[in-house]
Amino acid sequence: MRFVRRHILTVAAFIVLVYLFIPVAVVGVLSFNDPPSKYNTKWYGFSLDAWTNMCGIPGVCESFIESIKIGLISTFVATVLGTMVAFALVRYRFRGRKTTNLLIFLPMATPEVVMGSSLLALFLNMTFPLGTTTVIIAHIMFTISFVVVAVKARLQGLDPSLEEASRDLYADSRSTFQHVTFPLVAPGIAGAALLGFALSFDDFIISFFNAGTLVTFPIYVWGAAQRGIPVQVNALATLVFLVALAIVLIAQFVAWRRRKALQADMASRDADLKALSMDALSRS
Amino acid sequence: MVESRKVEDLHLRNLTKRFGDFVAVDDLTLTIPAGSFFALLGPSGCGKTTTLRMVAGLEDPSEGSISIGEQDVTGLRAFKRPVNTVFQSYALFPHLDIFENVAFGLRRRGVKDIKPAVESMLELVELTPMARRKPKQLSGGQQQRVAVARALINEPEVLLLDEPLGALDLKLRRQMQIELKRIQMEVGTTFVHVTHDQEEAMTMADTVAVMNEGRIEQMGAPADIYELPETVFVARFLGQSNLFVGKRESSGSDSVTVAAHGQQFTIPNSRNNAPGGDVIVGVRPEKMTIVDSGDPIPDMHDRIAGRVVDVSYTGVSTQYLVKTSWGEEITVFEQNDVVGDQSEVGDSVEVHWARDHAFGLDGTGTSADDVESAMPVV
Amino acid sequence: MPALIPTSTSEAPPQVAARKPRTGYLLLAPGMGWLAVFFAIPFVTLFITSLQVPTGASGVYAPGFDIANYGEALSQYGHLYIRSFIYAGLATLFALIIAYPLAYFIAFRGGQWKGLLLVLVIAPTFASFLLRTYAWRTILADEGPVTGFFNALGVLPEGRILSTSIAVVAGLTYNFLPFMILPLFASLDKLDPRLIEASNDLYASPVTTFRKVVWPLSLPGVVAGTLLTFIPASGDYINAQLLGSITTRMIGSAIQVNFIQFRDYPIASALSVMLMFIILIVVSIYIRRSGTEDLV
Repeated sequence: MRFVRRHILTVAAFIVLVYLFIPVAVVGVLSFNDPPSKYNTKWYGFSLDAWTNMCGIPGVCESFIESIKIGLISTFVATVLGTMVAFALVRYRFRGRKTTNLLIFLPMATPEVVMGSSLLALFLNMTFPLGTTTVIIAHIMFTISFVVVAVKARLQGLDPSLEEASRDLYADSRSTFQHVTFPLVAPGIAGAALLGFALSFDDFIISFFNAGTLVTFPIYVWGAAQRGIPVQVNALATLVFLVALAIVLIAQFVAWRRRKALQADMASRDADLKALSMDALSRS
Repeated sequence: MVESRKVEDLHLRNLTKRFGDFVAVDDLTLTIPAGSFFALLGPSGCGKTTTLRMVAGLEDPSEGSISIGEQDVTGLRAFKRPVNTVFQSYALFPHLDIFENVAFGLRRRGVKDIKPAVESMLELVELTPMARRKPKQLSGGQQQRVAVARALINEPEVLLLDEPLGALDLKLRRQMQIELKRIQMEVGTTFVHVTHDQEEAMTMADTVAVMNEGRIEQMGAPADIYELPETVFVARFLGQSNLFVGKRESSGSDSVTVAAHGQQFTIPNSRNNAPGGDVIVGVRPEKMTIVDSGDPIPDMHDRIAGRVVDVSYTGVSTQYLVKTSWGEEITVFEQNDVVGDQSEVGDSVEVHWARDHAFGLDGTGTSADDVESAMPVV
Repeated sequence: MPALIPTSTSEAPPQVAARKPRTGYLLLAPGMGWLAVFFAIPFVTLFITSLQVPTGASGVYAPGFDIANYGEALSQYGHLYIRSFIYAGLATLFALIIAYPLAYFIAFRGGQWKGLLLVLVIAPTFASFLLRTYAWRTILADEGPVTGFFNALGVLPEGRILSTSIAVVAGLTYNFLPFMILPLFASLDKLDPRLIEASNDLYASPVTTFRKVVWPLSLPGVVAGTLLTFIPASGDYINAQLLGSITTRMIGSAIQVNFIQFRDYPIASALSVMLMFIILIVVSIYIRRSGTEDLV
């Protein structure tokens, strides 16, 4: 009990983290389930069927591939457009900055159901056919803001004297962008793209409004939820989770290794410095 | 590869920079001789960095021109000028290693076979073993040397240094001062060094220009400026000065006599910069000596009586604060080269100095309060 | 994900001397054009649609100015707004209470594990939103241990959790928790730990230190986090539909059903317009209050 009282914060934090992962664990465990019917909500028995035969249920893999395709296209477009806007915001003077900022902020503060329905209203009034195109348009729309915010943060964190130094060292503006600005902002852009893909891949509400007869992975899951979700869906979702987790953990690990190496370097450098100053002392 | 070579003078003519209503640099005309180590010294906001940035081409002058030798570079973009900069925070490219940082300028100019040049430059700054490290893995002093190497490898006509030692600790700063001087002697390029640290400017530069509010107050060799400041600002910014506001009483063939606070002080004519009758008498604290009241005072010395209000022992010297009968506090530095015989707080003392060490400043429009209330400008 | 944290800093003018402004507009045009055409203009069409009148044919409406659509929408679905905002408000409150200790822990005790802990906070969102919500059906099942535990305590009015408002609020709380944790962390992480030491040094108990130092300084994060939870939660209908019953439907369901199943576009649009309008009012009052009275 004393342990708990002394470590109450640690214990609370740990419990919250576990809480965050409980449903993920349930999704994962149920991917090994062997339910007699389509209702995969409680444990029946162990089976690897869903993992060995992921595309066994018609429609699942088609919707999965559709979602990946939509995610890649919309992420690419949104990343390019959002990065351009971020550069304009940080590097250029222009009229209407307030309006621009508002237009970037609002999509992040609007409920999905409002964005989805208003975009549908636009397409209906234009009698634009619903399908992959409309879903991609929608995904680009709600992803741009996140890209702008992420890249802008990175750009603002960039020391302006780095670009000045480049200009001072005979690089014109194109060359400065190519050799200094872009390489330094690239990690921010990559992060924004990953986030954009995650948002697009997992989006249900906005997609559902604008999909027409198109079936993305979340739309498939939604439809299946009414009549029982096949185990394959759990397996696919678990796979996505594991791949995404692996990517970020590896990135974390690389950053951690680099930090460690840096610390080791610093230590050896300090030793070098000491030796050097001793040397200087003995010479003088 | 870096040998002394023919470099040209840097001329600034009527250089002015305005930001809105604020005049950062005010009609500056200046020639910096080729191959000199020139320091622009002044408090923050005095316009020294703006001047430097205009020379670098990072800021466009509102008026005036900049030329190197015969070549007018005023309208030239930064990347086309034969001028390179060592930035205040070094601005080393974090994504490139040391070799590539140093090679950056050569690569942009399309120079072929850069390896020997970069290697000999790294040798000059003693960083050969660090070539493949990233800037973050280097200490502050090493990063500073990379910044110097990265600029110097382009063999600029003028090297600009913007507070290059500001981020280093005191010991390292001393070391780098010597290092930079050595490098400057070896390459013979004109160095223009911007700093707010008067000691740094005096140690390194052969010519110091003291800047204030966009103008140059005084320019010359460090010792000359220190020994004979021409304005109150310089007297206070470059070291400390005790100043007494007075009126000229009489002028002789080689000296003037000034009356201040009921006392008389004498200044050699050669050291008097006051054009009219209002004269501020200045004496550096280390030129003053403290004696007990009643002790004999040497000939040709002036004196002030007062009471010791504070004594600070600083090791090499002791710093006294003496309050005069009219309430001004004067500072006196005494070398600790005598055993015992220290004055203590409350002692009645006399402060005296050789008349040849006094200097006269223009006191027009300056009241005693102005001088006393002006705290040292550091 | 940290991109989700709105920084409240006012727009600083560009640090670098302005270049050709034309390039700036060229960079802005495609992205902002996209947002104008597919985000801003749709609001206009939504509003126009909400005033359209039926033509008799299913799903076909004529231009008009039928304010009565709003009256009809309100009389049919008004109670859903109230329910949605109550659910979203409760979920926001619970999320704040749950998120604070974890955010505080990561900010002050995270040390070299900070990055990893933040990854763990967002990692659950890598698994499908719908499936994680669906998983709560298993966790909160009638015969499951959670329901059994609370029934043993005798605190469940209906004897079950699933298909009640409790399940819906629990689902909302869970789903938007990361959006509460991240902004809270961001503002707590900026807090100098020496301030806490100084407060302790100046005779403040841990509780007083929290009330007088930590909480006020974390308010920007609290405001951002509550908004990022409340706004999406009030428009959400997935939790209500997967975990609740017909008596727990939220306004989002009504909008979706009217748009997609009933094809009653004017009513659906009126519902959507009103939802956005109410949220804008609630949020601006909230920001103003927290901005003037607490943040200063």
